[in-house]
Amino acid sequence: MSAEPNVRTLTINGEEISARSDQSILDAAREHNIDIPTLCHLEGLSEVGACRLCLVEVKGARRLLPACVTQVQEGMEVTTHSPKIDRYRTMILELYFAERNHVCSVCVANGNCELQSLSLKLGMTHVEIPYQYPQLPVDASHPRFTVDHNRCVLCTRCVRVCSEIEGANTWGVMGRGGESLVITDLKQPWGDSETCTSCGKCVQVCPTGALFEKTSVGNKTRKHPDFLPYLQIMREGE
Amino acid sequence: MNVEELQEIAEAAVEERDKFEYQINVCMGTGCLSQHSDKVKEAIEKEAGAAGKKCHVRRTGCMGLCAAGPLVLVEPSEQRYGHVHAADAKDVVASLGGEPIARLDPHLEGYFEGQKHIVLENSGHIDPEKIDEYIARGGYEALLKALTEMTPQTVIEQISKSGLRGRGGGGYPTGLKWDTVAKVKGAQKYVICNGDEGDPGAFMDRSVLESDPQRVIEGMAIAAYAIGASKGYIYVRAEYPLAVQRLTVALQQARRRGFLGNAICETQFSFDIDIRLGAGAFVCGEETALIASIEGKRGTPRPRPPYPAVSGLWGNPTLINNVETFANVAPVIRHGGEWFSSMGTARSKGTKVFALTGKIKRTGLVEVPMGMTLRQIIFDIGGGVPDGRKFKAVQTGGPSGGCLPEEHLDLSISYDALISAGSMMGSGGMIVMDDTSCMVSVARFFMEFCMTESCGKCIPCRAGTVQMYELLTKICQGEATHRDLDQLTELCEVVGATSLCGLGQTAPNPVLSTLRYFKHEYLAHIDEKRCPAGVCECSPVAVEVHA
Repeated sequence: MSAEPNVRTLTINGEEISARSDQSILDAAREHNIDIPTLCHLEGLSEVGACRLCLVEVKGARRLLPACVTQVQEGMEVTTHSPKIDRYRTMILELYFAERNHVCSVCVANGNCELQSLSLKLGMTHVEIPYQYPQLPVDASHPRFTVDHNRCVLCTRCVRVCSEIEGANTWGVMGRGGESLVITDLKQPWGDSETCTSCGKCVQVCPTGALFEKTSVGNKTRKHPDFLPYLQIMREGE
Repeated sequence: MNVEELQEIAEAAVEERDKFEYQINVCMGTGCLSQHSDKVKEAIEKEAGAAGKKCHVRRTGCMGLCAAGPLVLVEPSEQRYGHVHAADAKDVVASLGGEPIARLDPHLEGYFEGQKHIVLENSGHIDPEKIDEYIARGGYEALLKALTEMTPQTVIEQISKSGLRGRGGGGYPTGLKWDTVAKVKGAQKYVICNGDEGDPGAFMDRSVLESDPQRVIEGMAIAAYAIGASKGYIYVRAEYPLAVQRLTVALQQARRRGFLGNAICETQFSFDIDIRLGAGAFVCGEETALIASIEGKRGTPRPRPPYPAVSGLWGNPTLINNVETFANVAPVIRHGGEWFSSMGTARSKGTKVFALTGKIKRTGLVEVPMGMTLRQIIFDIGGGVPDGRKFKAVQTGGPSGGCLPEEHLDLSISYDALISAGSMMGSGGMIVMDDTSCMVSVARFFMEFCMTESCGKCIPCRAGTVQMYELLTKICQGEATHRDLDQLTELCEVVGATSLCGLGQTAPNPVLSTLRYFKHEYLAHIDEKRCPAGVCECSPVAVEVHA
């Protein structure tokens, strides 16, 4: 590590800010209370850049760049909101809603769901894209938790937390394209999983009602993914 | 190994060859093998033995004109025969030194004029499982020259000077890529050959690997020397069993001859190559997904940067090039970069191999200089559209490319010209369509391909391709409205702009290009509920009948 301060100065939406050279656009923006919507990102987990909601315009770049994995650079000019980006984000949300069976009124996470909050925030008032209504299974074989694939957005937070934080590697992804499914072990029922430690971290990080505790429904399903940064700080201190 | 030893091997191979008065080359690429060219070879060997003719019957790779397979080439008369079956063996042997057999004439008028074989120069002339035959045609001269006379930097300079660009489709300057990897510091670097050819109707890489595997190995070794790598991987699809088998043999022979392994050609340079088999996912042709697949992970792409040049295989600097790109390396080093850059257009140099398929007389493999027009390729070399039908469109670039109509036939082939026309070079698939093809169905076919091949990681590609496919189906069935067409256009824009990797970013291209050139066909399906080409079964409309 060099002793020199690795400070970069960039502008986000015309506002000049400084950031550490190892920070992403997203980190830098959030530190300065500039909002960029995200779904797959979660502080404390690795980035996958899959939800495409954090795409921002960077002057000089040919394409939109995901803020979560793009590092800040000196003199960068970032725009986080424009009519075009907002339209893309709304359409991405519509694609999420149409893809599986996201029916808020009958969902355990109603009121505590990140997908729902995002659509409120981004002003997605209705879904024009035709719903797919896929027939997806619900696995309630685990004594404490349930996975309902109808509400899964394939953000892979459960996969990442299980591998990176718990170290159990119970969760994985199978299938391709629209057929993708998060699975426990080699698609055994969750209750039969030999690797699962029943720690419940996956449930806490799940942004929707796809993973939930059986004992809590309705307003009680508020999730607490904020344990991750603390855990990270504690582990770094060791 | 030094120059003298290499020459000795070459001379011995030529001597071996000259023992025979005639050479009968039988194409044993996948296309001709499917028509039992192995039986043809056996029969000719038997007949030649019985007739007491001094001839050598050789198994070779692809001879190009797959439509006329099984193909046979008689040397030194350079007489070619098409549709040769085991029953014709006796006549072929009898005709040696005499009159050619008229009924087996493959009618090649105009086929070779205009073609320029660099990548394919050995295809159909050497036995792909005999390294000495490759050496006899100048093989491994380039590697030896690079190792003994050139520094890594001068190798890269020659490649940069040649103007060679990535033949996998992207067209990234090869010299620049090599230079980047060479400059990155790292104790361990890798060279990867991308043989995960997956475009529908494309078989260039398969043919090169089947016909001339040593050429690709030599190209990789030169690249490894230039960037400082000691380990290479060839990623081939498991659906290419013959290519894998010939590569395996080729690697063993290259090791035995000392072109792979430790202290190659008595220099400090060590390099070896392993084969990795792909399990048939199209997305694994994307470089970061390919790397994940080699690492034993799920084949999904990751956001770039960091590019593989900086952080690739197991986090190490990695050079990834396509099969055809590597096949171009040895000739560039042998003849120099300037020789290569003298061919082609201002910004696209050298030649390109194309796989001609679809409604074309001469289905097969051609190699032409950049800058040739589509018309020359399709009509002069490819023989045009069969059965007296009318040419309608040519699809280039696979599922990432587009369909070009007749008014673009005089377009000169180059990376930039194809992109500005709404298509792309791609890896070299060229599907010709006549007036019996419905362009909406074609767009739907490619969308279906992208939908089933999407890895499912990012939402625009995973869900967007499904939605676009369903809208296209609706149009084909004559049930769509103008609102659906607007939604399709909007989805094209969003999926193209927001997807994570090239698969999603280019998935809308077949739709966009057909909308650009054949919008009237979309409108006929929507407004008149009919398919102009008569392909789609549009649902019957209620017709008012006056009593």
